[in-house]
Amino acid sequence: MANFRTCPDTGFKIDLQADKLIKWNAVTAVVFLLVGGLFGLLVALTRWPAVHLLDADLFYLALTAHGLDVLLVWIIFFEMALLYFTSAILLNSRLAMPKVGWLGYVLMLVGALITNVAVLQGNSTVMFTSYVPLQAEPHFYLGIILFAVGALLGCAVFFGTLYIAKKERTYEGSIPLVTFGAMTAAIIAVFTIATGAVILIPTMLWSMDIGLIDRVDGLVYRIVWWGMGHSSQQINVAAQIACWYAIAAILFGAKPLSEKVSRTAFLMYILFLQLASAHHLLVDPGLSSEYKIFNTSYALYLAVLGSMIHGLTVPGAIEAAQRKKGFNNGLFEWLAKAPWGNPVFSGMALSVVLFGFLGGITGVIMGTEQLNIIMHNTMYVPGHFHGTVVVGTTLAFMAISYWIVPTLWQKEMVMPGLAKWQPYLFGLGMGAAAIFMMGAGTLGVPRRHWDIAFADSAIGHVFPEAANLMMGLAGVSAVVGSLGALIFILNMVGTILWGKAKVPAPASAEPTPAETPSAATSYGGAGTMAVPGTFVLAMVFLTTFVLYYFVNWKYLAGVWGLS
Amino acid sequence: MSADSSGNIPFMQRLLDSPFVLLALGVLVPTVIYTVWGVVEALSIPMAP
Ligand code: HEM
Ligand SMILES: [Cu+2]
Repeated sequence: MANFRTCPDTGFKIDLQADKLIKWNAVTAVVFLLVGGLFGLLVALTRWPAVHLLDADLFYLALTAHGLDVLLVWIIFFEMALLYFTSAILLNSRLAMPKVGWLGYVLMLVGALITNVAVLQGNSTVMFTSYVPLQAEPHFYLGIILFAVGALLGCAVFFGTLYIAKKERTYEGSIPLVTFGAMTAAIIAVFTIATGAVILIPTMLWSMDIGLIDRVDGLVYRIVWWGMGHSSQQINVAAQIACWYAIAAILFGAKPLSEKVSRTAFLMYILFLQLASAHHLLVDPGLSSEYKIFNTSYALYLAVLGSMIHGLTVPGAIEAAQRKKGFNNGLFEWLAKAPWGNPVFSGMALSVVLFGFLGGITGVIMGTEQLNIIMHNTMYVPGHFHGTVVVGTTLAFMAISYWIVPTLWQKEMVMPGLAKWQPYLFGLGMGAAAIFMMGAGTLGVPRRHWDIAFADSAIGHVFPEAANLMMGLAGVSAVVGSLGALIFILNMVGTILWGKAKVPAPASAEPTPAETPSAATSYGGAGTMAVPGTFVLAMVFLTTFVLYYFVNWKYLAGVWGLS
Repeated sequence: MSADSSGNIPFMQRLLDSPFVLLALGVLVPTVIYTVWGVVEALSIPMAP
């Protein structure tokens, strides 16, 4: 029989097994963020031309480890914690099959360790994409497969908990929007993991060289691999947006402007977001334009619309909640009076803005078949995805950690002063790094490249001076961002290990927002569309989007001189 | 929200309240449109002699 405790801050009924699983998954995630972040710093310090820290072998090794540890291990461990939180805890339910949850955790941890060992041994420097015919040691693939199976078990526990909660009527009506967002992430995760298994198992057999599979087709590999590699990014987007709604609900008691609209936007993700995987194949010969354009434009734009809806309704929900509290002056009093010194809020707000402007716009542009060619495989690409998965997803996860960790552990944060600055340091540092990477990419600097000076190569190339400047500025910004990441990690680990136990707040000292129904705990919209400030911000966004889109067409037109 | 009392619940709401139907759609749609379509195109390229 499941045991529960009651959270003194929120009144949530917390299944003790879910509690433990959330904690272990979240802590493991943060440890891997530290490891992966350090590899990222080493990579950044190598690509900073004046520093050029690592030698070539170590650079590619560190780049492989960086991609794996942050993109797979940090993000997916954290997502497991979110899945357990949004199912068992937000639905007031017991967790389904806790033993399966633990088995999943162990498989993920063992898998992550095996793959890390494989990379550090030095014979699996294939980047996290491991494109055939590059070949890693068999245990490189084995580790990823174990990790994926573990994550799949986590998804099964999540769906099992949804099922139990409904059957045992622990909630009324529809699941809350935050849980719906997490469910979207879990659905995409199932496709992602299944696709990964389809490609990685044969590739592992091929690398074992035992005569079972003697060739893996390069194009088929890339198609199926990106079904996993890209879709896993969409798990992140869905999970990050669930975090946005959760934070708006926790801090402001905010309700979505319209439940129907927000849920339909998530439905667009479920149906169409994964198709965008084809944007990784836009310059691959052998695939038709119909295939490329259908997958990356026609269908995908419905999903992009979904993202823009969330980008509108999250601030809109906050504006509606703030206006209800009386912050009604002018267009922006609601925003100016928001708690900018609270890292839960500032992290979320920066994540919304930076994800939209840096990650979102550039993603749509690179996903356009004609435009893709001008930045394919340049630094523009890592610039783009540090705009999505770093200042979007990672920052959103950091923001919600500032709430989850003190709440679940019932500890005071050890460095509250630094925490105030941390989202700005990390968000703006990595945001700037992303912009400078894009700048370098626009000047043609390749990604995944140890030495753009081509010092010892037969055929040289000289990039414009500005390219070196951009790479240098990207390096400086990455150092600032890494410092921000480090502060976050120290703060979280320090709080968990050494934080003072929380003194329970005297009753009614502060209204606990979770008591008012909100998107985190129940169904129901804000019942208003009167959010003028948000609409102005949305117009600024759309204008930027359109202008930058056409700038890129102009830029494409300049690539081939016609006169 | 159970199937028997669903008479006047709108279709969209029933769909959005059915995690397992959504799961099936979310796996099926990309498998067909992205993976299968792509792999079929790739495999129908003739081998170089
Ligand atoms: C701690 C701060 C970070 C720094 C300083 C950093 C820096 C870098 C740099 C310089 C590159 C190399 C680009 C190239 O040469 O092609 C890179 C690649 C990459 N980064 Fe980060 N990054 C950081 C955090 C993250 C996070 C949190 C994620 C994901 C959640 C991430 C995901 C990736 C991926 C997937 C690659 C591509 C690897 C490849 O091409 O194989 N990074 N990063
Ligand atoms: Cu992608």
